[in-house]
Amino acid sequence: MNIWMILLFSLVKIFIIVNVMLITVSYLVYFERRVSAWAQNRLGPNRVGWEGVLQPFADVLKLLLKEDIVPDAANKPIHTLAPIIALFVAFTTYAVIPFGPSISIFGYTVPLVVADINIGILYVLALTSLGVYAITLAGWSSGSKYSLFGGIRSSAQMISYEISMGFSVGGVLLLAGSLRPEAIVEAQQGWMWNAILQPIGFITFLVSAFAETNRLPFDLPEAEPELVGGYHTEYSSMKFAGFFLAEYANMIVASAMIVTLYLGGWRFPYLENFGLSAGWFAIISVITFFVKVAALLFFFIWVRWSLPRFRYDQLMNLGWKVMFPLSLLNIIWVAALIMIFKI
Amino acid sequence: MAVKKREKDLTLLEKMYIPEIVKGLSLTMKNMFKPKFTMKYPEEKFIPPASYRGRPVLVMEENGEERCVACGLCSRVCPALAIEVQAAETEREKERYPVKFEINMLRCIFCGFCEEVCPEEAIVMSKDYELAFSHREDAIYGKDKLLTPVIQLKDRIEFLRSYK
Repeated sequence: MNIWMILLFSLVKIFIIVNVMLITVSYLVYFERRVSAWAQNRLGPNRVGWEGVLQPFADVLKLLLKEDIVPDAANKPIHTLAPIIALFVAFTTYAVIPFGPSISIFGYTVPLVVADINIGILYVLALTSLGVYAITLAGWSSGSKYSLFGGIRSSAQMISYEISMGFSVGGVLLLAGSLRPEAIVEAQQGWMWNAILQPIGFITFLVSAFAETNRLPFDLPEAEPELVGGYHTEYSSMKFAGFFLAEYANMIVASAMIVTLYLGGWRFPYLENFGLSAGWFAIISVITFFVKVAALLFFFIWVRWSLPRFRYDQLMNLGWKVMFPLSLLNIIWVAALIMIFKI
Repeated sequence: MAVKKREKDLTLLEKMYIPEIVKGLSLTMKNMFKPKFTMKYPEEKFIPPASYRGRPVLVMEENGEERCVACGLCSRVCPALAIEVQAAETEREKERYPVKFEINMLRCIFCGFCEEVCPEEAIVMSKDYELAFSHREDAIYGKDKLLTPVIQLKDRIEFLRSYK
């Protein structure tokens, strides 16, 4: 395969992924509103289009037409930069997550991942850490005390949960013996999902993912009742929409990461034994991946509308005194598994 | 820092969060499949019970005449001064009838005093709650809009008789 074909295929894949992400994000917002309504015995938005399916477009249009207000006390360049960083991080992280097996098109073998790199997991961890800057800078540059509180909380929270997140991933890496997302998916043949082999690591990673994406019960940076929106209090119009978009895109990335690391990625258990043609195999794998991600996204929303917010000290207690030792325990557990069963 | 003693300490299981979280999640999940409280309003209308105080209306007997004898008590008692009555004499048995009976729906506060004070059971609160006007003049309801056949107001009148 020459360089031009590689470029072409990459561009097509990037185009597809970015568009799928944007559409999923807008529908995720709609879905969130519907699920929250159902959980509270309401109906939710059902006016725009059939059952409200055009609601996301109405929302985007409304946000586009809003006035973009920058407070006088704000540091203007950084105030503008923050949502850009947030969006950049949210959309680039997805590049390394495989959403299907390799397929062959016109005689070329194309892996269904934008960048099949050897340090994929490290790349994701590094970029999601960058996401903290977006929120912290947004909080600082707004020149408002509520925003600053939000930003500070966010940095403290993300730092403390990044550690347990990293250590939970450690268990997965031990089993797969590689940082390549493809290899991690390969390692989870059949029902050998990491979620089943290392339940503690799965739970710690899941909880850390909630904290990383600023979702309830860990949404302290934006805590509406106490911080009036937190870091995005002073944002309006499309800059606000940028943060909104980034939050939901982060949710998708987190779900896709959990699926890849713990729920067998795009693998449908024992699908290779069914004797399907390569085309059907690829289609079912991709569908499996999307179903898994969708289920996790529903779980994210479901949790948000069930649990109250943690208090700040409880959050820190949980992060440092519970999640961190548990993730260390998980590494020992995985090491013991490898020692005993010689996996 | 003084530590306040709790009434009941959490058990170990509760401190582990997970069983409690599962409990909370199952509760919201159960609620998702319950019938919805919200109505799809314009398509599906709320039918209020007899105790509902909607737009005040004048009772029209079967023979097409109003019950009102234009005593003016309703306009006297109305705290918002929304009712205007002008009496006139008539050959009929009741001797007086309102030539003009107007309720300004922009002023009405739906307190139901007029209904309570009426000696003839001639003005009652209906179930009509859809009141929207595009002009101030439209909001002044005259006799043509107020007169309502007695059959339509049956359950409200029964309700009044049982509680008055």
